[in-house]
Amino acid sequence: MIELKNICFFSEGKQILKDINLVFNNEITVITGPNGAGKSTLAKILMGIVKPTSGSIFYNGQEITNFSITERAKMGFSFAFQQPVKFKGLKVRDVLKIANKQKDVALSRYLKNVGLCSKEYMSRELSGDLSGGELKRIEIATVLARNTNVNIFDEPEAGIDLWSFNNLVKTFQDFQKEINGIFIMISHQEKMIELANKIVLLNSGQVEKIGTKQEVMPLILNLNKSCKGCGV
Amino acid sequence: MEQKELLNIITDNAEYVGAYNIRVNGKLLERSTNEFVDIVSKKDRDGIDIIVKDNTVNQTILIPVILTKGEITDKVYNDFYIGKNCDIKIIAGCGVDNCSSCTSEHDGIHSFYVGENSKVKYIERHYGHGEGTGKKILNPVTNVVLEKNSTMEMVTTQIEGVDNSKRVTNATLKESASMVVNEKIMTNLNQKADSEFYVNLDGENSKAKVSSRVVAKDDSKQSFYSNVQGNSKCFAHVECDAIIVGNAKVSSVPKIVANCPDASLVHEATIGKIAGEQLLKLLTLGLSESEAEKEILNGFLK
Repeated sequence: MIELKNICFFSEGKQILKDINLVFNNEITVITGPNGAGKSTLAKILMGIVKPTSGSIFYNGQEITNFSITERAKMGFSFAFQQPVKFKGLKVRDVLKIANKQKDVALSRYLKNVGLCSKEYMSRELSGDLSGGELKRIEIATVLARNTNVNIFDEPEAGIDLWSFNNLVKTFQDFQKEINGIFIMISHQEKMIELANKIVLLNSGQVEKIGTKQEVMPLILNLNKSCKGCGV
Repeated sequence: MEQKELLNIITDNAEYVGAYNIRVNGKLLERSTNEFVDIVSKKDRDGIDIIVKDNTVNQTILIPVILTKGEITDKVYNDFYIGKNCDIKIIAGCGVDNCSSCTSEHDGIHSFYVGENSKVKYIERHYGHGEGTGKKILNPVTNVVLEKNSTMEMVTTQIEGVDNSKRVTNATLKESASMVVNEKIMTNLNQKADSEFYVNLDGENSKAKVSSRVVAKDDSKQSFYSNVQGNSKCFAHVECDAIIVGNAKVSSVPKIVANCPDASLVHEATIGKIAGEQLLKLLTLGLSESEAEKEILNGFLK
């Protein structure tokens, strides 16, 4: 279980997150909300990429607020970046092997899970020679390969075509069944929201609602309808 | 360090089957030739002629040079005459093990005349070792003439421990010839490495792709200069990527000249520290910062 207590975060004098209190259990939680709501910042705070200005984080009862990214990764936290990172020189195989020391045959499963043929991709350089969608799928594969208890995905659907997206939803479902861990996803996609056991609606840096799809969806639709600034 | 170990490093443990020529401290140590490849000592100056017969395929030629003492300057001219329709691999390079306080210097001037329709893979590795204060200096020059439809892939690596190096590559490409160069250099401490490329794309449909990846650590200095002349309908892509660690300095100076309106020439250069997001990604996979840095640099120079 991950527990966030009174998490606040300021950047350049602006408050991005306001007194966030959340609990993540062994289930799929989707964090959703409009652009600028603070979703990605919250995901980065969970992984230790961003340090909160105040508040505390607990994992299975242990305070980890000041734990580094590496320490959290070693405890079983994984993180899929919204913008996949490119490496000149490192191959898909190299990065998968850092994620999981298994041999190629075993690692090919994770590429298959994201719809990529290992024969074709294992020796490819993780650079701009790959398309945005391919890089994104490999990014997700590096997280699946780690088989960790806590898995955080920042907009996993971004840049993925519709056909692959439907398969990805199935992959996430199967993965969660296998791991039975804490699965946190930042997403705007209805199909991803449908997967969730719990939905957290974030708006202007605050938790507006925690609930099921039926409870939260009407609020999401309302947010999309109203624009306070121009009355549209 | 033993001779054999040094030889293995610069030839990457290649087996000595087929033709080879091993030079140690300015003198021939061992030579072997076969029905496809002849190696002859030059009469007018230090060096060898390597003659590869037409239609020679699946042959690997090794010509390593090692220096195991200080106070030596070894200048050698190696000329390769490669016939038509060949497909061969050449492994060359120089290893310097200098534990003295005097300078060891090797200047290898390699000239390649590649016949029509031939394909050559040329691998050149440079390595310096030794605790002494004596400088280890390497100044390789590579001259290449590629005849019609011939190709050359050149892989050069300066692994570590070389105090000063200036490498110059001159290439002339005729009709439909192509050349791919992959250069990897790593310097540290107060080392200095300069690399210059002069490429003349004379023939129609000739192509050149030059990629230089360098890592400059500590207070070392590196410079990259390329001068590509597009003299006909041709294509060239020159790419220089440098990672700086510490207070090192790197300069990249491109020159691309289109002397023909159908020449298509590109130069790209990036210089900077290890990208922060690359480190972050590997930290999320459980590596420490120093482990992540090592993985990124090793991958970059692989």
